[in-house]
Amino acid sequence: MSGKFVVGYDDSSPARRALDFALDKAARQGGSIVLAHVMEWSPYTFLTPEELEERHARRKQEIARAETAIMGPVKDKLAKVDVPVETIITYGHIAEKLCEIAKQTGATQMVIGRDGNSALVSRVFGSTAGTLVQIAPVPCTIVP
Amino acid sequence: MIFRLCAALAAYFAAALPAAAQGLDQAINQAFADYTGWYVSLIFAPIPGTNFSWIAMWLVVAALIFTFYFGFIQFKGFVHSIKLVKGDYSDPNDAGEVSHFQALATALSGTVGLGNIAGVAVAVGIGGPGATFWMVIAGLFGMATKFTECTLGVKYRNEYPDGTVSGGPMYYMVKGFAERGLKGGGIFAVLFCIFTILGALGGGNMFQANQAHAQLAGVIGDYPGWITGVFLAGITFAVIVGGLKSIARVTEKVVPFMGIFYVVVSLLILIMNYDMIGWAFGQIFVGAFTGLGVVGGFTGALIQGFRRAAFSNEAGIGSAAIAHSAVRTKEPVTEGYVALLEPFIDTVVICTMTALVIVISGVLNVDPETGLYIWNAEAGRISTEGEVVGVALTSAAYARALPWFPVLLAVAVVLFAFSTMISWSYYGLKAWTYLFGEGKAKETVFKVIFCVFIVIGAAANLGPVIDFSDAMLFSMAIVNIIALYLLMPIVKRELGSYVSRLKSGEIKKFN
Repeated sequence: MSGKFVVGYDDSSPARRALDFALDKAARQGGSIVLAHVMEWSPYTFLTPEELEERHARRKQEIARAETAIMGPVKDKLAKVDVPVETIITYGHIAEKLCEIAKQTGATQMVIGRDGNSALVSRVFGSTAGTLVQIAPVPCTIVP
Repeated sequence: MIFRLCAALAAYFAAALPAAAQGLDQAINQAFADYTGWYVSLIFAPIPGTNFSWIAMWLVVAALIFTFYFGFIQFKGFVHSIKLVKGDYSDPNDAGEVSHFQALATALSGTVGLGNIAGVAVAVGIGGPGATFWMVIAGLFGMATKFTECTLGVKYRNEYPDGTVSGGPMYYMVKGFAERGLKGGGIFAVLFCIFTILGALGGGNMFQANQAHAQLAGVIGDYPGWITGVFLAGITFAVIVGGLKSIARVTEKVVPFMGIFYVVVSLLILIMNYDMIGWAFGQIFVGAFTGLGVVGGFTGALIQGFRRAAFSNEAGIGSAAIAHSAVRTKEPVTEGYVALLEPFIDTVVICTMTALVIVISGVLNVDPETGLYIWNAEAGRISTEGEVVGVALTSAAYARALPWFPVLLAVAVVLFAFSTMISWSYYGLKAWTYLFGEGKAKETVFKVIFCVFIVIGAAANLGPVIDFSDAMLFSMAIVNIIALYLLMPIVKRELGSYVSRLKSGEIKKFN
């Protein structure tokens, strides 16, 4: 069975491990990958008047930076493998957005790395992996 | 570097101000009274035969006209406004752009502040509880004015190649007038900008600094105003000149919670006195039409209520149109819908809370025999416990239920004042750059002037100067509302098109 894997990616080493894991699985199954970089953003935060004015320009810069600094380095690597890869750069609550992408793209699996924060830190700040386990619409693999 | 500059600035004022303040105060007062007195009198002149200033009437009549012209949009569109703020109609692909909620929150932090705390106390102190009724009525109608100006603000904003956005009355005056084939847009825009700059320095700055100092001195004990001034100016300087945006960001985040906290505490006091709520509403309704012993009776209550509502929610002044214009939307009308919530939150909710607490607390002295309020003829207001007025009256009312509240209120007042100053420094700067062009040096000149005025505002009791700047704030409303009258057919067209597409399902809900 060929599957589509949504991989949460931020160019950290756990994210790279998650991508390697997903690439390996997808190659074996003849599947494909959706590589998603989600920038944390809430429409319910408070901004100063100046920040409002500059927001549109900032967003453009942030997306451009994500394309070159986050997705750029990995593109060369992906060019060498024989797995179709689609990339997405977007904003939102990371775990919720990844689930949304999984639903929209008809993915069969989600793969993310985990940063290995202590139980205390995760309890206080929450962790994307922890949230995904609770809300993922498709099977979710967490790569240590 | 920035801190050294601030320190130098502070040291300069510390050395120069106290000694010179007395003489300087008088000189400035005199000069202003001589040259601007006629203008202030003109703006605040009463309508012949009444003591109701025509400028307050100007705002209220405009609010009524917009309410009828747009078919009671504030009531019919209220639920839709909330859906827009919740993001029900926001395109997920626009995530990361300015949301309706953010534009509303930023505009609100510019208006929620001393008007809600000190202004209401003034209204109730002079007009009696009945003033609250008229304040709420004025707030409800003012929602239509905000709807009109903010729709135009988004429709005619400038979007620059670098992605930044500038909007506000000066832009809709020029572009909107041209679209309708009207002349004079440029002159309107220049006048509006001049009034905005002067209003920003006065009502948006000196008045705030002055009242913040008054509340601080009330809690800590009397001390020279220039100390508060230098402190506030130093922080503001660091934010707007030094680019220490983190302070502004912290304020922007703290102020909404302060506002929520204020409402929660008010509700708490009301719940503690739940048996008196019915009575308080009775006082408000009866007082609205009889005055309950207030000199001027019905008109006294009406005048105070209308005046304070206009002063508090800024509907018609044009400032909100600047703040709301950065939102990302394809439909300008949606921002109008969102903006109409502003007078509702500011005036109908927060001001009413303050008024209810003041009435219930019993700080207004009542004659036990007649049940009417005791009029202090000498001061021209209702006699109060300890004969306090303004922010001190609110403070006393809350302290009756919660003795620790004045300290917190002092913190809230300073934060509200600071966030209002940050907002107005931005509005003033927008007007300044519209007149003189963009450029770092030109912008810095305005920002430095702005900071100097904070010190002057806090240090001195400059009645005529503050009167003059208040007059400027309302002059903004004269030019702005004329422009709104001329451009309202455009808003009507936008609204008609939007509503029909909403009904036909062309505009979809995303969530």
